[in-house]
Amino acid sequence: MLLSTRDLTKSFPGTLALDRVSFDLKAGEVHALLGENGAGKSTLIKCLTGAYRRDSGDILFEGEPVFPQSTLEAQAIGIGTVYQEVNLLPNLTVAENLTLGHQPTRFGMIRPRATQALAQEMLAGYGLDIDVRRPLESYSVAVQQIVAIARAVHLSGRVLILDEPTASLDAREVQMLFDVVRDLRVRGLGIIFISHFLDQVFEISDSLTILRNGRHIATHPAADVDRMQLITLMLGRELAEETAVRHRPEVTGTSADAIRFTGVGRRGRIAPFDLTVRKGEVIGMAGLLGSGRTESAEVLFGAVASDSGTVEDASGPVDLRNPRSAIAAGFAFAPEDRKTDGIIAELSVRENIILALQARQGWARPIPQAEQQRMANDYIARLDIRTPDAEKPVGLLSGGNQQKVILARWLATNPRFLILDEPTRGIDVGAHAEILRLIEDVVAQGMSILVISSELEELVAVSHRVIVVRDRQHVSELTGDDVSPDTILRAIAAPHTTLEAAE
Amino acid sequence: MNIRALPLYATIAIFLLAYLVCYLQFPAMLSTRVIGNLLTDNAYLGIVAVGMTVVIISGGIDLSVGSVIAFSGVFIAVLLRETGLHPLAVFALLLAITTLFGAAMGGMIHLLAMPPFIVTLAGMFLARGAGYMLTIDSVPIDHAFYETMQRAYYLMPGKGRLTLLGGTMVASVILGMILLHRTKFGTNVYALGGGEATARLMGVAVGRTTVLIYAFSGLMAGLAGIVFSVYTSAGYPLATVGVELNAIAAVVIGGTLLTGGSGYMFGTLIGVLTMGLIQTYIVFDGTLSSWWTKIVIGALLLMFILLQKGLLRLRLSH
Repeated sequence: MLLSTRDLTKSFPGTLALDRVSFDLKAGEVHALLGENGAGKSTLIKCLTGAYRRDSGDILFEGEPVFPQSTLEAQAIGIGTVYQEVNLLPNLTVAENLTLGHQPTRFGMIRPRATQALAQEMLAGYGLDIDVRRPLESYSVAVQQIVAIARAVHLSGRVLILDEPTASLDAREVQMLFDVVRDLRVRGLGIIFISHFLDQVFEISDSLTILRNGRHIATHPAADVDRMQLITLMLGRELAEETAVRHRPEVTGTSADAIRFTGVGRRGRIAPFDLTVRKGEVIGMAGLLGSGRTESAEVLFGAVASDSGTVEDASGPVDLRNPRSAIAAGFAFAPEDRKTDGIIAELSVRENIILALQARQGWARPIPQAEQQRMANDYIARLDIRTPDAEKPVGLLSGGNQQKVILARWLATNPRFLILDEPTRGIDVGAHAEILRLIEDVVAQGMSILVISSELEELVAVSHRVIVVRDRQHVSELTGDDVSPDTILRAIAAPHTTLEAAE
Repeated sequence: MNIRALPLYATIAIFLLAYLVCYLQFPAMLSTRVIGNLLTDNAYLGIVAVGMTVVIISGGIDLSVGSVIAFSGVFIAVLLRETGLHPLAVFALLLAITTLFGAAMGGMIHLLAMPPFIVTLAGMFLARGAGYMLTIDSVPIDHAFYETMQRAYYLMPGKGRLTLLGGTMVASVILGMILLHRTKFGTNVYALGGGEATARLMGVAVGRTTVLIYAFSGLMAGLAGIVFSVYTSAGYPLATVGVELNAIAAVVIGGTLLTGGSGYMFGTLIGVLTMGLIQTYIVFDGTLSSWWTKIVIGALLLMFILLQKGLLRLRLSH
């Protein structure tokens, strides 16, 4: 074995990020590391590259235990890493980036020609025909990515870790990158490949290792697993024997008073799609991480302006250039990562709740203190937010209660269209049920909701219909009896060919 | 074409254009005498700007240099008055002090992870205060060696004089060019300016480089202090207030990106000469108030900031 881990364990306060993970990488193979968010992929990588110190367990390089303390030490051992965000310096030339730290010198002076020659030599065999004297930033991300690989291979030369290298590449660039990876495999490097794009995983990988909740779930030769089995392993659920019982009330709205999105999208983030949102309707959105779910929500809310299509409602076009105009149009968006995008931890529960409403009114017309107090207490009671009083800083509440505060913030603006990205992630079971009940309540009053979730049962329980997103496209829409965990899973897993036929 | 070199080309074009305008109005401006004076009069600014260029390309700033120049003048004047030391020995002592002073600031910036702005602001007050501690008066320097240095020049064709001071500045710029563009240290400076975290990941010794950068700036400020004391034959603790800002302006007009990571030493020389040219024009004109210098420099700075912003857009859309 080229590189192995044995019972690798790493914990952070409150979570066990890696739980006795054993993993083997052979020379001359591409080994994909798979798992949803929080599965432990990046923690494993960071332990291997010295960015984190493991709690216990061994890392063996060619059978010898190693203890990398930094990226540089890992590199010296023979483990190089290339991240999604290129870890090179865009302002330096290609040659400087390749040779930084080991430039050829004479009497302390860099020899430009020798540096360029060395850079060209390092790039030989990667199929790049570029001028190494130009700044790195003048080349595409794909080229930068390959330059980063060339540097990593030159400096470490045994193990190459590719962490989401294709995330910002187009199809042709991905092939260019894969050609490079195949060459390196032939040269006998062990390559760890991390990607959310399952098609790419199947295309390039020899073996697959699946992690879930910090545990090693399975390792298989890529040829022995199909998409369905892989996704089942990643999401950690077997296909349901029977469809969950659904009794959704009828949607009250008609298509006449609906909000109609036609051909909206954003190049490189989400392919153009149509969506009609009727009053009192809950639309579920399913898909793997990185499939384009959040990107869809951002386009719908104007957080990322759409570069095509139109948005209309009964009274004409809707302006969605930015979140401000979306809020003015009665839209609301509770983002996925509430810690960074949602709550303001230092402000009180009351201040967090009135934030969006106040922003819509404009800061020149403050909401009277008494009114603020009344609203805060009202929502604390209605949503059962567990807090001693409305003046407690939100950062001190539990995750579920923080989530409810964000919901209250948007409900206070009385939106007509509410987008919830992973509303139940990381909250306990009780709060989970309450949030689902709350969704039903507000929908009964005529609000429309889009719920993005990885939990299929949850989607099935609340949604009138479910849109499945894959590889940055809306690939299918399930309605009526088709809305079941089983059909959603099949739609997520369907290979490319059948889906194109379905479109 | 290298898009990062565009500001340098813009700087050179503006300088040549400005010189052309001056020449058309006052043909006498195109003589080696004027050029010689331009170099001599701006020698201390040019030298200190060499250090500032390195600091700014690394993504930092050094506000202490103006005070360090004043301190240097006072230190030299007082030591020559009070002791029998030869000026060269005093110079060596002074350069050691200012270099260590810069290194100490660099060390604090790195170890305490403090913004360079604050650390060098403290350095600015410290150096100015240290100058006052030595004397509060203007101390004249009266030494035979000083007269020799003031008289030393190389006669250029056209009777222009390349003085020792002007020559020192040109030598400093050349030294700076070699350091920045031809050494590992120079590449590390650009790497720091491009992104400290990435530079560290790529193996740049961030701490050592930071200390060296500010030590170099301190060394250049000390050298500028020597040149300034030769130029004025005196040491005065209230001298060169705000010179650090002039140096920053020269660096930016010279096409260096204030956010770091991009720029050329040669551009700084042109930036200093452009600022000097404006002043020379006003002297030739004779009727304009010297405040016009500041207005033109302000306008030039604004133009370069806009140019840099535009280039940034161009790069991003690329």
